[in-house]
Amino acid sequence: MKKFLALMLAIVMAVACLASCGNNATDTNDTGKTDNTGDTAGATVFKIGGTGPLTGDAAIYGNAVKNAAELAVKEINAKGGDIQFELKYEDDTHDAEKAVTAYNSLKDWGMQIFLGSVTSKPCEATSAESYEDRYFTLTPSASSTAVLEGKDNVFQMCFMDPNQGSASAQYISDKKLGEKIAVIYKSDDVYSTGVLETFKTKAAELNLNIVSEQAFATGADTDFTAQLKDAQAKGADLVFLPMYYTPASLILTQADQMGYAPAWFGVDGMDGILTIEGFDTSLAEGVMLLTPFNADSEDEATKAFVETYQSTYGDIPNQFAADAYDCVYAIYQALEAGKATADMDKEALSDLLVEQFTSMTFDGLTGEGMTWDETGAVTKSPKGMVIKDGAYVGLD
Amino acid sequence: MSTKKFFTKDRVKNLSAYLLVIIAYVVVQIISAGGGLPSMYKGLLVPICAYVVMALSLNLTVGILGELSLGHAGFMSVGAFTGVAISIALRDSITAPWLLLLVAMVCGAIMAALFGVIIGIPVLRLKGDYLAIVTLAFGEIIKSLFTNLYLGIDPEGVLRIGLVNKPEELITGSKMLINGALGISGVQKISTFTAGVILIIVSLILIFNTVNSRTGRAVMAIRDNRIAAECVGINVTKYKMIAFVMSAAIAGAAGTLYSLNYSTIAASKFDFNTSILILVFVVLGGQGNMIGSIIAATVLTILPEALREFADYRMLVYAIVLIIIMLVTNNPTFKMFAEKIRSSLKKKKNKKTVKEGN
Repeated sequence: MKKFLALMLAIVMAVACLASCGNNATDTNDTGKTDNTGDTAGATVFKIGGTGPLTGDAAIYGNAVKNAAELAVKEINAKGGDIQFELKYEDDTHDAEKAVTAYNSLKDWGMQIFLGSVTSKPCEATSAESYEDRYFTLTPSASSTAVLEGKDNVFQMCFMDPNQGSASAQYISDKKLGEKIAVIYKSDDVYSTGVLETFKTKAAELNLNIVSEQAFATGADTDFTAQLKDAQAKGADLVFLPMYYTPASLILTQADQMGYAPAWFGVDGMDGILTIEGFDTSLAEGVMLLTPFNADSEDEATKAFVETYQSTYGDIPNQFAADAYDCVYAIYQALEAGKATADMDKEALSDLLVEQFTSMTFDGLTGEGMTWDETGAVTKSPKGMVIKDGAYVGLD
Repeated sequence: MSTKKFFTKDRVKNLSAYLLVIIAYVVVQIISAGGGLPSMYKGLLVPICAYVVMALSLNLTVGILGELSLGHAGFMSVGAFTGVAISIALRDSITAPWLLLLVAMVCGAIMAALFGVIIGIPVLRLKGDYLAIVTLAFGEIIKSLFTNLYLGIDPEGVLRIGLVNKPEELITGSKMLINGALGISGVQKISTFTAGVILIIVSLILIFNTVNSRTGRAVMAIRDNRIAAECVGINVTKYKMIAFVMSAAIAGAAGTLYSLNYSTIAASKFDFNTSILILVFVVLGGQGNMIGSIIAATVLTILPEALREFADYRMLVYAIVLIIIMLVTNNPTFKMFAEKIRSSLKKKKNKKTVKEGN
């Protein structure tokens, strides 16, 4: 038994080593070490903090958010106005417990405004803390409803899960994209089940015909033949994939091997599928997804953002990055409008920002004329995207 | 061993475990009152307590009973979900937070013990690696059970349970207790450091008293030689069950303590990695060594957080430190050195007692 134990421990350590080495292959710049960006000018600096998965399975989102927020902070600081920012991101490995610890270490650092957590479950935990401690919170991408519930100073930059589900159903019905719809979802994931629930409710309302509904879970997320066969057997001509891009890429590959070619429809978690190493992007050709951001847009601000981001970090920014960029600018706009000074404490800043956010209109990369209601949810319209020649193109 | 002698070797060891916990508690309270404790460590206090209790509970199975369990996070999960569901259901009727926590913990422990019995009956007939594999499966089953479980009270006050599909009565205006893969949200945080320390001490009392009783000796006899134990008439299955169920119950209470410290809880937290993490605490602390478990759980919970300055290399440094600890504590030279110190201490003490005797 001792040998068995020793072996188990050796495996665990090896995995832990690999997990920490494996990621950040795309993170070409070195700011990760200090996480502090921009010129700091003593007491006139607002300290913004955030937590996100900088390592582990969801690292692509955490790093995208961190990079884009850094970029926005650099730009704002370069303007040299009265409002200067200092940004710090802490790793939460997509775990609620670690996120709370990360949040606490940001408190020790002297954070004044909180950018929330990148992923939903960790953000539910940290937003409960920041609500109690009275830190103004604006999360770029944590989309579950529980993040906002009953918290007056917590705001979202992204759509809520329910909105995504019903918007997708509405879009499919409006554009008549499919007669028979199959759904494959991840049953132990908050994001996936959250989207699915509202998709189904809305689909029933709109008389969409869902013929197949198949689930998978963590640990069983490499082979999707059973789910795909079911969809194929029931003659589905559109498959809805409310999930993150990693399993989605496998589904596309396996469907191709089976010779099954329905229309594919995803949600914003699908964003990032084109950046997976070793994934044949031609398979993603024709995949539709609803996302508020389009990196190929002709819009000037978007162009400039994509260009700077790509030259600094080496990838094309995804929607998470755009949301994070917007977050920093929205806070900037609110602080400016509210004539805030950096020596204000967190409570005063929180009250001021809540007042500004519920009354202001914000134009960003992810939408024009965004407004926030008292619950903290954002109002903006999603854009339908389709992947064409290895890039996202607007559907309309 | 004379029965009159109060300070036997075991007693000293046990007392020093209590003393360690109490001293640590007092020191932390003093630093915290003086405002010298950073919020990061303040936030870690309750999880540390929960992990310490988990390590103690697993040590009972691994160290005292001598069976390898790889699904201990499963019991933690049962305790966590039961405790949180109870705390939400009774939130309006019990207003004192400590009482609510106590009720939740007791319910969590009872439920985990129940699962311990259900698992134990078939599983404890297996030996060694087989038991390890079945407990591993158990952990996974519990995880998928809770990701697919829906539990809530509908507007008419009727308790509804659903598996895989959410019961239709629960759609609007009802109080959701467990919401499938979404887990539980909006939990009232009622766990405190003091409660955690009390739970550690209660578990220590339970474990030490069991180990030093007739039951404990029977359990250890089974560990050391099952056939010999059977020959002298020890009911092997019964004693194994007692130890295993106790271990499950303590783990359940730890799960409740842990989950009531966060506003949200999901079944995916209590996965294989968590089970292995707890096993690492036990192995590094020394099998059967309760003080070792306490120290290992504390150090290894703080370590990855204290390494935050290393940013991207954090987990790499953590792994290296783990390997170094393993190598050093098992190094023959180091062991000899430790033995020397121990024996020289003993000599002094012996001299003292001899003098006192005169």
